[in-house]
Amino acid sequence: MCLAIPGKVISVEQDKANVDFGEGVLREVNVTLVNAHVGDYVLVHAGYAIEVLDEKEALETLNLWNEILQTENRQQ
Amino acid sequence: MAEKTRFRDPELAKRVAEKIRKLASTQESVRICHVCGTHEWTITHFGLRSLLPQNVEVIAGPGCPVCIVPASEVDEATTLAQKGVAVACFGDVIRVPGSKTSLLDAKAEGADVRVVYSVADAIKMAQNESGKQFVFFAVGFETTAPSTAIEIVNRPPENLSFLVSHRLIPPAMKLLAKMPDLSLNGFIAPGHASAIIGLTPYEEFPAKHGIPTVVAGFEPLDILFSVYMILKQLNEGKPRLENEYTRVVQLEGNTKAQRLMRRVFDVVDGNWRGLGTIPASKLALRKQYRTYDAHLKHDIRIEKGTDTPPGCQCHLVVVGKIKPDQCPLFMKACTPQKPTGACMVSNEGTCRIWAKTTDSRMAA
Repeated sequence: MCLAIPGKVISVEQDKANVDFGEGVLREVNVTLVNAHVGDYVLVHAGYAIEVLDEKEALETLNLWNEILQTENRQQ
Repeated sequence: MAEKTRFRDPELAKRVAEKIRKLASTQESVRICHVCGTHEWTITHFGLRSLLPQNVEVIAGPGCPVCIVPASEVDEATTLAQKGVAVACFGDVIRVPGSKTSLLDAKAEGADVRVVYSVADAIKMAQNESGKQFVFFAVGFETTAPSTAIEIVNRPPENLSFLVSHRLIPPAMKLLAKMPDLSLNGFIAPGHASAIIGLTPYEEFPAKHGIPTVVAGFEPLDILFSVYMILKQLNEGKPRLENEYTRVVQLEGNTKAQRLMRRVFDVVDGNWRGLGTIPASKLALRKQYRTYDAHLKHDIRIEKGTDTPPGCQCHLVVVGKIKPDQCPLFMKACTPQKPTGACMVSNEGTCRIWAKTTDSRMAA
């Protein structure tokens, strides 16, 4: 039940945002809990955004993983 | 968003699995527990267990909020529905067995039970039908509780009240950490509950219990990397708390959600199906919001129910002591079409997830 799905914020009006979940699925989402701007990806659980996805961190995580794997290969 | 494919890169997954095998070769046996139905779904759906060496076991803890709601609370909701109150609930709650019947059974017999996607839908229904009494059966962990809190603070219509069944996940992890026969070597902490509560509530697991704890996301590489991080900690002999899901989870969590939860709820002891009473593990409406408490409004309180029907092993499945296919009822008397135990009901229940992938084998 803690499933949360990322979607892109299309518009924001007060505590409601129009969010695009892809493949033409648009839904009104409550954004009381987050500071969401147009263009942000929000993580939505049961109609409420619980966090804004940090794209920079996502890239850094992938880079870090590759780095760890490469470093360890070099050490072997 | 390209994230999905990048976090599912099979080449990278193979390389991580290789690292895991190397690290695991210096360990005797490693038992890692996750506490989230969505983690179990990822692990089972992508066959991640098949990538792990034999001495590394990932078990599913009580991570399905629907599975751990005790029968007595389902009985309260069902009784209200049978009395003529319209009960709104999430889709996977409707089939959870109570002591005798589920909300779906009550609906089949004519009771007004409505599935909603969100608590906001229940608010709209109550607004549209002001002459009817509504109850929202609020089930879910920390990920879900803030949405209930938001709506209660916003003062919902007077004909809507709440049966609050929200539970907190760290107290259940504490119970698992203390179970001597479970002997856990690592926790994979749930990413989305952690988006709300942050990292601090998990500090005691490495510090007090010596259990490496990693907050993880929900893509296959998130899970594999969290297993790698736990093994690395074990090899170094330095259990600590790490965050693998930095793209979502911040150290302090979502402080606005935490404030709202504190404003609306008290933390009380709570009964968990199959686990008994866990101290400080349940949310209850605070005094100033009691006009929204369905217990008081409709004078309903059921203290005891039948949590596990004869033969059902849900109480052992929810703590990972047995695997679903070790239950004598699994895919025999208990199937997704006709669940006997709560773990077979929700898409996040361990038995339900296993049923999807073991169906053909069982039928053969």
